[in-house]
Amino acid sequence: MDAVQGVTLSGRLQVDAASKRFGPVAALSEVSLNVAAGEFVTILGPSGSGKTTLLKVIAGFETADLGRVLVDDADITELDPAERNIGMVFQNYALFPHMSVARNVAYPLAMRRMPKAEIATRVAKVLDMVELGGLAERLPKQLSGGQQQRVALARATVFQPRLLLLDEPFGALDRKLREQMQIEVRRLQRRLGLTTLFITHDQEEALVMSDRIAVMDKGRVLQVGPPSEIYEAPANPFVADFVGESNIFAGVVETSGGSALRVRLEQGPVIEVAGRADLAVHPGERVRVMVRPERFVDLATEPNSRYVNRIDGRVTDSAYIGVSDKYRVVTAEGIGVLMRLSSGPSSRRYSAGEAIAAGFHAADARLIALQ
Amino acid sequence: MTLANTIAPGAGRSRLRPGPFALTLPALVLLTLLFMLPLLRLFSLSFAGGFGWYEKALTGGLYTAVLYRTFEIAGIVTFFSLVIGYPVAFLLATTTAKWRAIGFACVMLPLWTSVLVRTYAWMVLLGRNGIVNRMLIDSGLLDAPLSILNSRLAVILGMVHVMLPFMILPIYSALTRIDPDLPKAARGLGASSARILTTIYLPLTLRGIVAGVTLVFVVSLGFYITPALLGGGKVMMYAMVIEQQVREFLAWNFAGALSVILLAVTLAMFWLLNQGVARHLKD
Repeated sequence: MDAVQGVTLSGRLQVDAASKRFGPVAALSEVSLNVAAGEFVTILGPSGSGKTTLLKVIAGFETADLGRVLVDDADITELDPAERNIGMVFQNYALFPHMSVARNVAYPLAMRRMPKAEIATRVAKVLDMVELGGLAERLPKQLSGGQQQRVALARATVFQPRLLLLDEPFGALDRKLREQMQIEVRRLQRRLGLTTLFITHDQEEALVMSDRIAVMDKGRVLQVGPPSEIYEAPANPFVADFVGESNIFAGVVETSGGSALRVRLEQGPVIEVAGRADLAVHPGERVRVMVRPERFVDLATEPNSRYVNRIDGRVTDSAYIGVSDKYRVVTAEGIGVLMRLSSGPSSRRYSAGEAIAAGFHAADARLIALQ
Repeated sequence: MTLANTIAPGAGRSRLRPGPFALTLPALVLLTLLFMLPLLRLFSLSFAGGFGWYEKALTGGLYTAVLYRTFEIAGIVTFFSLVIGYPVAFLLATTTAKWRAIGFACVMLPLWTSVLVRTYAWMVLLGRNGIVNRMLIDSGLLDAPLSILNSRLAVILGMVHVMLPFMILPIYSALTRIDPDLPKAARGLGASSARILTTIYLPLTLRGIVAGVTLVFVVSLGFYITPALLGGGKVMMYAMVIEQQVREFLAWNFAGALSVILLAVTLAMFWLLNQGVARHLKD
């Protein structure tokens, strides 16, 4: 059962300075991206960031004005999509409505003129793998959204493509089903050893699924790295803001030296921030500091703990989320701060207008370079 | 009890609602007075004296030959309308908005012009001293003019021209309903352009093709003006025979029988075409 398609670790993708313009709009500006064989990489970005254009350039539905696309060191920039051997799952699945599930899945094999008997066994195997064995003769419109999704996945992998491209495939599914499909897609991808490029604007989905994430905005790749790095160490304010919730404070370096530095915020207060080995800053330099909302601790529940940084303010909005309480707090200096404090019987709940004191460690304040 | 109570008022209301039916009443009255009644009259005339007129129409070699030729011409016209119309519809469905507007104007303009005017235009084009012959002779390709007019070719040319929009429009409409990602997906899965046509476009526009084919074929069976003028009396179609019986011989009973036969055959074709598709689309 496990050696259905034979795990072949080929399919190394290389996008080399690809640029693409649509009239005055630069959809891609010198985008470079390397994906190792068998790796699962997510392209994360808001709509209009160029992520779909990048996928189309790789699939061959658009041709880059400049730059190259290589798979296993072979240049496929000018190759017809039909000859690229790349599997793709479209946003709306693009199942052929007049063909049964089995014929949809058989389509790429029939186009490769494979003998009928072999097509039948391969289709049956793949449908079993995505647990659709009993639905082979149904038409796509007779299936649920999740089932259609699996058919699309089966059709995109049955011909052993070198690469699998997924274009926001879970957009139409409800939350529960989406989480289930995220796990299933990952399991299938690992089993087949398929190099996969996944497109989404959902940062949570990107963090859950990926080996690495490439964050895109305005046609550029801003940062590429493993999910934890993207979340904990964003390279610039856009990434910090787009991936997860964040507080980004503007300020000026007062003293640097040792492992921590002191930053005077625009509004006055001074906070202590962990230094970065890879980012040298000097006193007087303008910087940004990012603190994730969940890194704040309510000092009323932990009166004995020591935090180098302390925020005193008044709650303006509060929301009960379940796993945590979410507060908007404004300090006396007028700094707006978003906090997520742990909820539950042991913690206190604040309502709008109440005073609150919260602390955070210097290590939880991330220094971000201005760009 | 409660179930009966909740269902009864709704059911009663829908039974009493006169709206949709009342709205079709003017059309029904018009059709009954101007179409159904004359048709019934013709029908009853054709049976005056039993089946004699039908016997004459169906056994006389001349009339069955004309019926056969009418089918043949309608078939040829339908074939060429489809072969010419499909690419045009495809172009209209896939081009940019600007070219689509221009293309549509080209398709629709003839539709708004009288068939008579268009047929005369063909006579000017195809005549012995017509534009086509002039160009062929002036360019040195021909020594003597071709007699294109008053031939089956002229009739078919004229009819295809008249019928093209009726083939293009339903196919265009079917093409625009195809998700533009489908041909892309097919290409990505390894299909050549030819196979995208045969496996994606043709099956998904089958309804449109059948609608166009039915319309063109059925209307062609009853064509009168175009074959009469462009055929110059040499190409007889069934409608012309009926007209001849009425106008020249005042043979109303026989004309009635011929009309009923044409109507029956037309309806049979209509039914057959739709049956075939219904069966195909079910699986």
